[in-house]
Amino acid sequence: MTARYDRAITVFSPDGHLFQVEYAQEAVKKGSTAVGIRGKNIVVLGVEKKSVAKLQEERTVRKICALDEHVCMAFAGLTADARIVINRARVECQSHRLTVEDPVTVEYITRYIATLKQANAIGRSAKTVREFLEKNYTEEAIATDKEAMKLAIKALLEVVQSGGKNIELAIIGRNQPLKILESKEIETLVAEIEKEKEEEAEKKKQKKTT
Amino acid sequence: MEYLIGIQGPDFVLVAADTIAANSIIQMKHDHDKMFKLSEKILMLCVGEAGDTVQFAEYIQKNVQLYKMRNGYELSPAAAANFTRKNLADYLRSRTPYHVNLLLAGYDEQAGPALYYMDYMSALAKAPFAAHGYGAFLTLSILDRYYKPDLTRDEAVELLKKCLEELKKRFILSLPSFNVRLIDKDGIKDLEKLPLAAA
Repeated sequence: MTARYDRAITVFSPDGHLFQVEYAQEAVKKGSTAVGIRGKNIVVLGVEKKSVAKLQEERTVRKICALDEHVCMAFAGLTADARIVINRARVECQSHRLTVEDPVTVEYITRYIATLKQANAIGRSAKTVREFLEKNYTEEAIATDKEAMKLAIKALLEVVQSGGKNIELAIIGRNQPLKILESKEIETLVAEIEKEKEEEAEKKKQKKTT
Repeated sequence: MEYLIGIQGPDFVLVAADTIAANSIIQMKHDHDKMFKLSEKILMLCVGEAGDTVQFAEYIQKNVQLYKMRNGYELSPAAAANFTRKNLADYLRSRTPYHVNLLLAGYDEQAGPALYYMDYMSALAKAPFAAHGYGAFLTLSILDRYYKPDLTRDEAVELLKKCLEELKKRFILSLPSFNVRLIDKDGIKDLEKLPLAAA
């Protein structure tokens, strides 16, 4: 039945569905999770890293990319389609600088990308991550840059196969350029989080025994 | 009326441009910067038709930045110079040619310092020293006489001062001030404006 109504984005099905949009949303749900956290002086983007084939160069599967010196983007879904959007956004960033003599605001470029896209991209297990953040995004959780980074990692650890090897993290500090963290730095943070978890568990056990 | 000069050393490039913006016989601005930063280690000096200079230079500037965003690393000076030449050449035989004369100066990690001369006909030449404007007729001979390929930064500044002295002496128009910049492995540095303000 749907075969007649899903060939083009501009075709409605009889019951009002736009199948192409829904298919795109399904594709996005199959993509790996991406999470973003805004701290006081820092913004953190984290993505679940897909394990790559042994013979593949790891650095060619970056899911966080810079659009301009002060804006970066993480995506979930079809990498090939994302490339198109990223390229158009990068050109728009420079075009904006040329005509307006000012770098784009995050809001402007997001709106521009939205006019290109038709689906909201969040990714697999997005619900789990969002629920975690709704519970744990507090003033004190983002008090320092490090805490904001740890919160992003904690959120991803909820849904990602264990280990820092499957997480990619990028940060932009106030007045600082984009920085993509090395796996060593992520491992250090993950180790800290594990330690804190153990200490929490210890405290709980002690409380029980006393 | 406008004057540009570039001097390449063994591990740096020194460039200078006058700072007058004129309209017919009136000086509109005495502190106009004619240098455009294409990237961390590439400067483009641009003179010519009013409007064309800024339009063309900013267009090249944004495209060099776009390359950096797309590829994660910056264009080399040689690549930027050839890109600029191609653009200028394409526009030359269109209905809207750009009438601009350029000097492109940069430092490449592998290839070292580089200075490129480009004119409005889109002729490109890599040179150890170069100049644009009427002043070039007077100062190229000074550069021929005193330039040596292994000159130090201080010697380059002295050579530049010699050129400006010659302009002060023999050029009928007065060019009272110049922006001076140096490019080396550490990037672009502003040097003292010349001629030095009276002590």
